[in-house]
Amino acid sequence: MKGVTVNATKSAALQPLPKIATGIPGFDELSHGGLPRNRTTLLRGGPGSGKTVFALQSLVNAARRRQEPGIFVAFEESTRQIVANAASFDWRLSALARHQLFFLDAKLSPEVVQSGEFDLSGMLAILKAKKEEIGAKWIVFDGIDVLLTLLQNPIAEMREIYRIRDWLTENEVNAAIITAKIDGDGSAVVNYGFMQFMVDCVIRFERRIEHGVALHRLQITKYRGSDFVAGEFPVSFGPAGMEVDAPEPAEIRQVASSERISAGFERLDTMLGGGLFRGSSTLITGVPGTSKTTLAGKFVEAACRRGERTLFVSFDESADRIARNLTSVGIKLKPCIKTGLLRMYSGRTETIGAEDQLVKLKALIREHRPRCMVIDPISAIAKSGGLAAARAVANRFIYLAKDEKITVMVTAINEGDEPETEATDLQISTIADTWIHLSYLIRSGERNRALTIIKSRGTWHSNQVRELVLSDAGPMLADVYTAGGEVLMGTLRWEKEDEERTKKLQRRAEFDHKRGELQVAEADTRARIKALELDLERQRNELAKYSSGNEARIVSSSDREKEMRRIRSADPAGRAASGLAPSLAKRGASVRSGNSGRKNRNDAHDAP
Amino acid sequence: MRRKKTKRGASAPAVTTVVVMRLYIANSAPNSVRAVANLAAICEEHLKDNFKLEVIDVLEYPLRALADGILVTPSLAKVSPLPAAKIVGNLSDKKSVIHALGISESVE
Repeated sequence: MKGVTVNATKSAALQPLPKIATGIPGFDELSHGGLPRNRTTLLRGGPGSGKTVFALQSLVNAARRRQEPGIFVAFEESTRQIVANAASFDWRLSALARHQLFFLDAKLSPEVVQSGEFDLSGMLAILKAKKEEIGAKWIVFDGIDVLLTLLQNPIAEMREIYRIRDWLTENEVNAAIITAKIDGDGSAVVNYGFMQFMVDCVIRFERRIEHGVALHRLQITKYRGSDFVAGEFPVSFGPAGMEVDAPEPAEIRQVASSERISAGFERLDTMLGGGLFRGSSTLITGVPGTSKTTLAGKFVEAACRRGERTLFVSFDESADRIARNLTSVGIKLKPCIKTGLLRMYSGRTETIGAEDQLVKLKALIREHRPRCMVIDPISAIAKSGGLAAARAVANRFIYLAKDEKITVMVTAINEGDEPETEATDLQISTIADTWIHLSYLIRSGERNRALTIIKSRGTWHSNQVRELVLSDAGPMLADVYTAGGEVLMGTLRWEKEDEERTKKLQRRAEFDHKRGELQVAEADTRARIKALELDLERQRNELAKYSSGNEARIVSSSDREKEMRRIRSADPAGRAASGLAPSLAKRGASVRSGNSGRKNRNDAHDAP
Repeated sequence: MRRKKTKRGASAPAVTTVVVMRLYIANSAPNSVRAVANLAAICEEHLKDNFKLEVIDVLEYPLRALADGILVTPSLAKVSPLPAAKIVGNLSDKKSVIHALGISESVE
C-alpha cells in the first residue's frame, strides 16, 4: 500500500498533475483543468460567499455529465435546506438525490445533549459504507467548521482533521471538497494552518458589499504541483449556477471581417466610408437627449431588414416604451419582434452588480444567437456597484461580442458635452472600433444635434461635424453648409438652404428667360430658312427650264463655228480651242443663262 | 460485533420502568471505550437492573447507525420510555447524561 503511494507521488512529479473538471464555467480555465484529482480541496470564505454552491455544483456536474455519484455531508444546513436553496438553479437536485447523490444530514440537532468528547470515526465508517454502496467518486464535507466548533477543543479538532485526511487517503475518491467558514486571513481559526497544509488546493471565496451591491469573488490561493491563474475573479450566479468570469486568453484571436454592414442609414454609412465592419464595435456617446437610442434603433431596424437576428438590450426603460418612442421617428421595431428576429430585453440596474449583468447578457446571447446587438446605455451598468467592476464588465462584454462575431453598438451617456469626458467613465472608447459622438451645438440661440465620428478603425471616415435631424421618416444627416469654416445647423442652415433655394429659383428664372429668347431667335431663323428654301426651289425650277433651251442654243452655235471655219478654211490651231470648247461652253452657258451673278454663285455652290 | 447487555438483578428496587438505550461506539476508539465505562457506572449507580442496553459498533454496522440517525461516536440514544433522547460524547459529564435520560428522580 505504501509502495503504491510512493509510486503515485513519483509519477505525479514527472507528469503534469492530474486534474478533474468541475464543470463550473470559468473555473476550469482558471485552474487549468479543475480540481486536483484524488486530492482534497479546501473552500474557505465567509457566510454566503458561494462555497456550498461551488461544491454542490461540482457534485451535480460530476453526477450528471460523468455519471460519477457523490456524497454531500452537510454539517451546517439540513439536507432539506440545501435542496431548497439549490432549487433556484436548474439542477433538478431532488431527481439526482434519488440515485446519484447521497446527502448526509450531519447537522447535530439542538436537542442532542453533549456530554464529553466525541469523534468522527463512526461517521466516517458510515460514509465508507455509503461510498461503497453507491460507488461514490466525489465527496463534499460542507461546513466542517461547525463540526469542529462542537469539539470545543483545539487538540480534538486537530485529531479529527487528521482522521478525515486519513479517511480520504484510504478511501480514494476522484475529488474531495471541504468547505469551511473561514474569514479573512484565517488567523482566527486555530487549526487553519494545518487544514491548509493537509489539502492540495485552497480556494478563497469572498462576498463583499460595494456601493450597496453584493460582489462575489473567488481566488485560488494554493494549488500544490500546478500552475494557476492567481488573482481575484468575479463570481456570478445565474440559472445554471455559479460562473467564474475567467480572464480572456492573453492572445486575441479574433478574425477581422472586411464585410460592411449598414450603420442604420445611407448618409451615416457614407460618412463611415461605406458602413460598419461586420463584428466591429461601435460606441455612441452623448449627453441625454442627443438621440443615441434613435441611432441604435435605426441600426437594429436595418439589421432586421437584412434578416439578421438582433438583440436590443436596454436598461431602466421598458422595451415596449422604447419601441413606441422609436415609432415616432419612423423606426418600426414591433414587426421585427413579431417575426422573432429581434429580441428586446430590458434590465434593471439597481442593486444588480455589473458582473451579474454580464452573466445575463451571456445567457441572452446564448439563447438568441444574435448577429447584431445593441446595449442602450452600457453606462447603466456602472450605476450600481463599483466603477472598476463596471469598467471591466464593459470591456469584457465588447471582447465577448467580438469573439462571437457580433456587430455591437453600445451607447454611453457622458456628463459633459465634450467627448473626452467619456474617457473618465467606462473607458470603452479605447477598445471600440468606431466612436460616434452626439452633441448639442448651441449657436445663435439654438440647440441642434450634431454628429461627429471621432474614430473608425480601419476605414476612411468623414471628419465633418454633421447635423442630425429627426423626423417621422427617421434620423437624417442634413446637407452640409459651411460658413466661415463652420457647419451651419438649425435655422442658420435653414436660412442658408433658403438662400440657396432662392438663388436656384433665380437662376432657373434667368435660364427660362434666356431659353425663351433663344427659342424666339431660333423660330425666326427657321422662318427665314423656310422662305429662302422656297426661293431656292423656285429658282431651281426656273434653272431647269432654262438649261434645256441653252443646250440647244450652244449646239447650234458650235455648228455655226464649224461652218464659219469651213468657210474661212481656218488653220488647225482652232482645234485646240475646239477641244476646250465643251467646258468653256458649259461655263459660258451657265454664265449666260443666269440673270444675275449672285444667283449663279448660289447655283455653283449647290452643285458639289 | 454486536454486544447485547441485559442486566436484570434478582432484587429489583421500586423503579418499575425499564430504560431502553442504544450505545453506538467505534470499536475500541478511546472515546468509545470511555463511554462504555462511563455508562456502565451511571447505570450501576442509578438504574440498577432496570435498563436494557444495546451496544452497536458503528464500524461494523454503519448502515444500521445511519438508519438510526447516528453520526458521531460515541452516541447514546434513549429509545424508551418517551421522550427519546440523544447524547453524544464519552458521557464524562454524568449530570447531563442523567438529566437527558430523565432518571434524575432516581438519584438518592
